[in-house]
Amino acid sequence: MECTISTMGCNASAHYSKHKYNETAIKATVLIQRWYRCKRAQLEVRRRYSLTIFQSIEYADEQEQTQLSNFFTFMLEHCVHRGEVARTSTGSDVSPGTDSYVIKYEKIDVPDSYRGPRLSFPLDISHAKTLLNALKDRQLLHARYVLQLLCETRRVLKEKPNITHVSVSYFKEITICGDLHGNLDDLLLVFHKNGLPSENNPYVFNGDFVDRGKNSMEILIILFVFLLIYPNDFHLNRGNHEDYILNMKYGFAKEVLKKYKDHGKTILHHLQDIFSWLPLATIVNNKVLIVHGGISDTTDLDSLNLLERNKLKTLMKTRKLETDKKNQEEHSELTEKERKQVLDILWSDPNKQHGCTPNQRRGGGCYFGPDTTDQLLKRYNLKMLIRSHEFKPDGYDLTHNGKVITIFSASNYYEAGSNRGAYIRMNPDLVPHFIQYQVCACTDKKKNWERVKTIEQSALQNLQERIFVHKRKLMDTFAKCDCKNTGRISISDWAAVMESVLQLKLPWRMLRSRLVKTDPDGKVDYMSCFCYMDTARPMHQVQPTLVETLCKYRRDLQMIFNVLDEDRSGLISPNEFRKMWKIFSSYLGIHSHDEAVDKLAQSIDFNKDGNIDFSEFLEAFHVVHQLENKAA
Amino acid sequence: MAEEGSNEDGVVAEIEKKITEAFKVFDHEGNETVDVREIGSIVRSLGCFPTEAELHELLAKVEEEEPTGYVHLEKFLPVMTKVLLDRSYRPIPEDVLLHAFEALDENKSGYITKEELVKHMTEEGEPFTEEEMEEMLSSALDPETNAVHYRNYISLMVVDETDDLPQ
Repeated sequence: MECTISTMGCNASAHYSKHKYNETAIKATVLIQRWYRCKRAQLEVRRRYSLTIFQSIEYADEQEQTQLSNFFTFMLEHCVHRGEVARTSTGSDVSPGTDSYVIKYEKIDVPDSYRGPRLSFPLDISHAKTLLNALKDRQLLHARYVLQLLCETRRVLKEKPNITHVSVSYFKEITICGDLHGNLDDLLLVFHKNGLPSENNPYVFNGDFVDRGKNSMEILIILFVFLLIYPNDFHLNRGNHEDYILNMKYGFAKEVLKKYKDHGKTILHHLQDIFSWLPLATIVNNKVLIVHGGISDTTDLDSLNLLERNKLKTLMKTRKLETDKKNQEEHSELTEKERKQVLDILWSDPNKQHGCTPNQRRGGGCYFGPDTTDQLLKRYNLKMLIRSHEFKPDGYDLTHNGKVITIFSASNYYEAGSNRGAYIRMNPDLVPHFIQYQVCACTDKKKNWERVKTIEQSALQNLQERIFVHKRKLMDTFAKCDCKNTGRISISDWAAVMESVLQLKLPWRMLRSRLVKTDPDGKVDYMSCFCYMDTARPMHQVQPTLVETLCKYRRDLQMIFNVLDEDRSGLISPNEFRKMWKIFSSYLGIHSHDEAVDKLAQSIDFNKDGNIDFSEFLEAFHVVHQLENKAA
Repeated sequence: MAEEGSNEDGVVAEIEKKITEAFKVFDHEGNETVDVREIGSIVRSLGCFPTEAELHELLAKVEEEEPTGYVHLEKFLPVMTKVLLDRSYRPIPEDVLLHAFEALDENKSGYITKEELVKHMTEEGEPFTEEEMEEMLSSALDPETNAVHYRNYISLMVVDETDDLPQ
């Protein structure tokens, strides 16, 4: 040891105390190391279960969404004029059979005061670079150019087959990106790391360009621009979120309507059609199949290639409206079999278990096992399947013996610091090379433990909202375990109830201390989890079930409201509100007294002419954690 | 509900459920195995504070004869249950931790310089990797003085634990 060497020759006592110090120092060091490693591991676990919470809720949400699309169409039917319905739900401006689909952009004036980017067609790479810079600076592309871009994009997409075949050579490697979900910074980062698209730098973007993130529109603009410049070297696959019904709920429609006050509805209307023209799959060197979701045991690539993909505006099952029934007779819809082919491609997830079963988690598509993969690869002489659709903490993942790759390109997806994104570079060897990245703008200054704390708080907030929404059922089920009415149940019972009522497979015992109080003897005070939650504005004297229902359907009601609010004023009349409420509650089979509904409406700030700011009203039903409010 | 039966059985059953839950957080493939490198995190998430040496010992008990890189739940469960029942690898009380930092603070100045800390942590005991060192410094180091004011640091780390609901 260093110390003994240097003290050789010193007197004995100095030598001894220095030696003792060293022993102590080493013990102290080991203790600190031991402590630190444990803290670090505990932090890592918190990060993991936070991500698990986000993921579980996301999937449960998607599952409910598929059930709710019927509700949405129902509301549209009853709350909106027939004319409206026809316009928003049928695809094209023209009767089927002819194709003079028009996107009118010429009449839209671009004022001189407009300082944003201007597009001139045909586009070239210098336009694209200018545009990228402008969008990087968060400038908005004028609606006229957007619509013109959509017009040209539609023209190009129409020419493409359902399945695109591409080749890779040693001079021309291909890059494959997964879900972006409106994360513009990720797209820019990928272009920065990997180079802009060109004839020698081809790209495949594997769906889910929009929803959730804040810059879905900008991403679409960029992708469409490059599609037009390099139509043979830039490929887009449709994802399950390229679907107007999902866009209503998951943020894209809202983003467009907010950014484009005058022409947002028109843009969305045309995107309905354009999304349906997106190709369904890409095959590289006849060996690598790229689709957004996955496959099923009935996937038939030949059938997929032949069906008329543009007839599938949405993958959601919608109720047949009177006008639609007429269209159906003219064969403007796919058969159920064809619809399933596309649904499976866009919604399925790989699974460890053999076989192919319906995807319960999502409510659409399948869970496909390694045998299903092998079967398909063998049948079409393919080497592997690349897909996206699922969040992955490292941006990518391999499964089914490396034959199925998931690529996910939206970093910080749930929260700043939650995950990395990745993309694949592939050469003729067809061995994928993964490049990971993470947009760090907001996390630079944050320390690791602060980041984890933020992620955890956000995840728990989401979870608490869900708990609140299921309050009634939870209380009933807890009561069944607590026959003696003590208000306490065992940890085991508590965990079991939480899992069965909320239908979320989470590590409940780990989360327990964050959600509920436990007595020193180990019994859970099950009512305590509700004490810390309330709605943003406490609504007393309103039926609890009413409040819970409004919480649960808050986002869906928002969708309806956006459709109802023709003049984008943000207001609806009390009558409209009552009418909507009556229909809503009759559909869901909940009973509410008229007085309760009126009281509810009255508890919101009316503006001078007595209208209800419905957005404000819905905001009131956002679940908040009371402790946070107290701190703020 | 689970009121009858010997209390001990209830305790063991609850412990086993707790362990299984923690295990499953790391079980990506859903097939009751985890990567051997995650065992440390699992053990620590259950409230244990083993040294690296103690962890290696534990690993030896749960690994397969042929090192596959994976650990099965069925091997891990009994070993970990015993650890929890025996209350092995107890957490470190705050005051003990404070003494440890004080022991490294030769001058009793209330802080340890970056160089000193790095030297101890990366050269002695069960040395930190570069990554571990960097991470510790990122939250412990006061950039203005380039030193670790350990009392502050400890209270910061302890506060972090009280995200739990007030019990």
